[in-house]
Order: sequence, then structure tokens, then C-alpha cells
Amino acid sequence: MLAMLLRRLFLGLVTVWIVSMIIFAGVEMLPGDSCTAFLEREAKGKLLENCREAQGLNRPAAERYFDWATSAARGDLGISANGEKSIAELVGDRLGNSLLLAACSLALGVPLAIFLGVVTGLWRDRPVDLAVSTLAIFAMTIPEFVSATVLILVFSVWLGWLPGIVLTSASAPASEFFPEIILPVLVLTMVMTAHILRMVRSSVIEVMAGDYIQMATLKGVPYWRIVFWHALPNALLPAINVVALTIAWLLGGVVVIEVVFNYPGLGRMMIDAISDRDLPVVQAIALIVATVYVCVNLSADILTMFANPRLRTLHMRRG
Amino acid sequence: MTVTSASPQNTGLMRTLSVLRDVVSRPSGAIGLFLVVFHVVLALVSPWIVPYDYKAMNSAMMLTGPEATHWLGTDHLGRDVFTRVLLGGREALLVTGIATPIAVTWGGFVGILFGLIGGRIDEVLMRVVDAFLSLPWILKMLVLIVTFGTGIEVLIPTLAFFYGIPVIRIARAATHDVVARDFVSAARARGHSRMTIIRHELLPNVLDTLMVEGAMRWSWMLLAFSSLSFLGFGVSPPTPDWGLMIADARGFMSFAPWGVLGPVIAVSSLIIGINLTADALAKALGIDRAQKAPV
Repeated sequence: MLAMLLRRLFLGLVTVWIVSMIIFAGVEMLPGDSCTAFLEREAKGKLLENCREAQGLNRPAAERYFDWATSAARGDLGISANGEKSIAELVGDRLGNSLLLAACSLALGVPLAIFLGVVTGLWRDRPVDLAVSTLAIFAMTIPEFVSATVLILVFSVWLGWLPGIVLTSASAPASEFFPEIILPVLVLTMVMTAHILRMVRSSVIEVMAGDYIQMATLKGVPYWRIVFWHALPNALLPAINVVALTIAWLLGGVVVIEVVFNYPGLGRMMIDAISDRDLPVVQAIALIVATVYVCVNLSADILTMFANPRLRTLHMRRG
Repeated sequence: MTVTSASPQNTGLMRTLSVLRDVVSRPSGAIGLFLVVFHVVLALVSPWIVPYDYKAMNSAMMLTGPEATHWLGTDHLGRDVFTRVLLGGREALLVTGIATPIAVTWGGFVGILFGLIGGRIDEVLMRVVDAFLSLPWILKMLVLIVTFGTGIEVLIPTLAFFYGIPVIRIARAATHDVVARDFVSAARARGHSRMTIIRHELLPNVLDTLMVEGAMRWSWMLLAFSSLSFLGFGVSPPTPDWGLMIADARGFMSFAPWGVLGPVIAVSSLIIGINLTADALAKALGIDRAQKAPV
């Protein structure tokens, strides 16, 4: 058990390490650096040389990678190319806003998805299931910018119930994002609910067809006791991993939603940084998002391990 | 998953037909396949059937509503929206239609090869795959697109490369299920080369999985392509594209909603069509897709 845990942790660390190399190498391979981006037209001759000297860009790549990686590991993400501001400070607000968006969507989406998944799984092929499953296919396949546009059109333009765009500044406290945050949360909730509910549904169907459920039924255990006591604890285990992937997606992949709603999160910052060629910021965001992805998946694996009695006792049965 | 028998061509064709029949016999498959075929045919013939020139601007009729001469009205430059909706999927289908087979082929090959080799090198590759998957898709693509430009000669290799990476994982997992079986050991014992084993023993057995994966990748690629267009990193104007049209028309949505509704329905129906087809295909081939999380 402990060995398995340590192995997982180690593999996670290795993945983050490889990611950091990919990020560094990827940015390195691009033509131009933060000095050419900062100086723009004047990026030639002495001026460029001085800038590179000042930022330490003319040292060997391996040395710069080592510096960048070690200071990033300590939490120092460097300074942005154009603003002379610390990246940690710039990213901090945005990360907070992204977390707010993610937390609201998760709080709404996960219970809803589990409820709908269980209902559709238990009443497989009944009208409820067909209706919800069809809606789920729509929700998960229609591009986010399309559903966002339609929701803005309906709730903001036609009905005038909700604001269709976020105007709050990036550093505002969380409470000021209401009610502007409602529409982006709705779009994200739709997409993630669809994914999680399909997973839960198929898992519930699989578990309910198991031998031990049949056994319990034959022994005369009441139906709802079977569902809540015997089936759901097992059926909901795989959901942990999907929820983990969803969290990772919410913190790194919702660029389009943030652009559509003008929401000041990490995603929009990423797009802006790429457009401005602010490479230190791009590197920092990429590293944060990738680390979150690895950590979240790792926690999901460990959680599944602890929650699943069969995995927990694997080593005992092996002797 | 059956081992191919004596006359592969003949049974292969028979099997394709029976799978196709199975797909069409499911309501979701029939609707999905209809939508896909409809869009592909439309993309092929649309240049000859559109009522107007897609770039012809008309300052006298900007943002007019639907009427007899302009079924879906006109956009902010006075261009016919119906014409542009009909043409708006061509670029997306061209790019993803080329990039998807490339992605599945290279990802599938690498996945099968490393699944067969196994051992330390396979472990290392999987960590690299994990590392790539942990980066947000849009970041990976945008870095390349911003650097090398937004033409299809950049978009096709970019999409094909990044969407092949998750295929590696799928192909590798499917190969692992097969590699341990007796007929692979037998082929190894007979002294067949790796390429021969891949071609004759492994590929026929993971092909089903790769087909389903390809269909899914296609829909995700279309999603990525239209999102990139929407963000302004896809096709460049005045080429008609649904994502770009929605982005342009969004600003005038309050008084000219027909500008977004046309492309919204078009792009949604195509992606839903591909997904329904992929689902039906997975069921027809007996591959459980619901267990897999979106990557």
C-alpha cells in the first residue's frame, strides 16, 4: 500500500519534471525571446544585447532551465517580460478567479451529475433516461462557445435576466463577480455534468448487473437498501477520476468560456500572454496548469485506492 | 476481437458491411451518419449551389433580416449569411479530414509498437505522453499557431500531432490486452519480426478500437478547429467559417440574431452527427466508450 503510494507520488513528480522540460524546450524552440518581444522594432544591435545581458538570456539553455526550474519549485516564477511585475503576483488574482469559477461549477455540477447518473442508470432505457442521455449528448458535443453564445442570446439579450459579460476587474473580491459569473458557471456546469453523468450511468448499470446485487435481491434485501448500501459505493468510485479530470479541465481548459464572457481567469491571461509573446508568463501558466493536472489526478488515484476495499487489501491477498 | 481468417479481403468487406448495417439499424447511428454524410456532401457541392458570392459585400443591405432573397439575412458587411453558412464547414472538414487519419495512424503505430516492446522504454514514453496531456490543448496549439501562422499548412500538422498523442495511450492499452495472448507468443516463437507481428497479429485486433478512437478524435478536432476560428486563430477572413462567423455576428446578436443562429445550428449538427456515429460504431464493434474520460 505504502509502496504503491510512493510509486504514484514518484511517477507524478517525474511527469511534472518532464512537463517542465517540454515547456522550456517548447518556448526555447520558438523564434524570438522575451527581449525581442519587449523591444519590438528596436530589437537589434546593442539594445538587444543589453536586454539579453540584463535578463541573463545569453547563458546556456541548460543553465537557464536549471535556474528557472529550481526557482519555480521554490514558488518564484520570475518576472513578466514587459511589466517588470512578479508573475506570482499577476497569476495570483487570475488563479483565484479561475478557482472561483471552478468551485461554483463543481458545487453545482457534481451533485447534479451524480443524481442524474444514478437515476438514468437505474431507469435505463426508460423515458427519463432517454431524455437525459440525449440532452447530455447535446451538452457535451456542442462547442462551448456555441452553447455560451446561445445562453447569452436567450438569458441576456432576449429575456434580460442575467448579465452576458463580466465587467468586474481581475483583482476584485469574489463576491463582486455575482451575478456576472452565473452564465459562465451554467455553461461549464452543462458540459461537465454531461461527462460525469454518462460515466456514473454506465458504472451504475455495470454494478447493478453484478452477482452480489442479484444475491442481495434473492436474499430479499429491499431495493433501495441494495441501491444505497451495496451498489452506489462501488458505482461511484470511477466517478472520482472523472471529477479529477474535470477539475483539471476547469483550471486550464476553459479559455474559450473565459474569452466569451470576458472573465478574468487564467485562461484569458494565457491567451493574452501568447499573443503578446510574454514567454515567462506562458511558461509559468503552463507549469501551474500541468502541475494542477498531475496533482488532481494523483489525488484521485489515491482517493480511489483508499475508498476501494479490493485495491486496499490487494497486498494482503497477494500474501 | 477475432483473429483474421484465411481470406482477409473478402471477410473484411463482409464485416465492414455488417458493421455498417448495425450502425444504421440504431436510431442514433442512422441520424448521426445522415448528418455526417449530409455535411460532407454539402461541403463538396456547396461552391456550385450557393446563391451569392461569399465575399460580395453590399453596403446598402447590412444586417437585414431573413427575406425571400436572403434566407438568413445579411451580415455586418452585407454578405449573404445563407451562402456563408453553406460554405462555412469546408475548411473545417478539409483540415480535420486530413489531420484525423494522420493522427490516428501515427498515434496508433507508436502505441502498438511500444505496447509490443514494453519494458522501461515504454514506461518512459508513457510519462512523456502524460506530460503532454497535462498541458491545456489550447496552449500547445496556440504557441505553434502564433509562431508559424494560421494557414491550413500549419493547422493540419499541429492538429495531427497533438491529437495523435492521446491515441498512443489508447492503442497501447489495446495492444497490452492482445500481446499476452498465445498467437502473439506463437508468432514470436516462429521468429517473426516486430513489423510482421504488428501487421498480422496486433493491428487486426486493435483496429476496431482505433476506428472508434478516430471517430472521436475527429469530433474533438472539429471542436478545437472551430474554437480556434472563433478565437481568431483559425481560418483568416474573408474565408467563411462557422466559428469565425459566430465570433463576428456575436456583437450584433441583440438586433440580428439570425447571424449566429445559422452557423450555430450548422456546427452543432455536424459535431453531434459525428458523435452519434462514433457512439453507434462503438456499440456495433462492442467497444465500451462511456468508461473513457475525455482527454
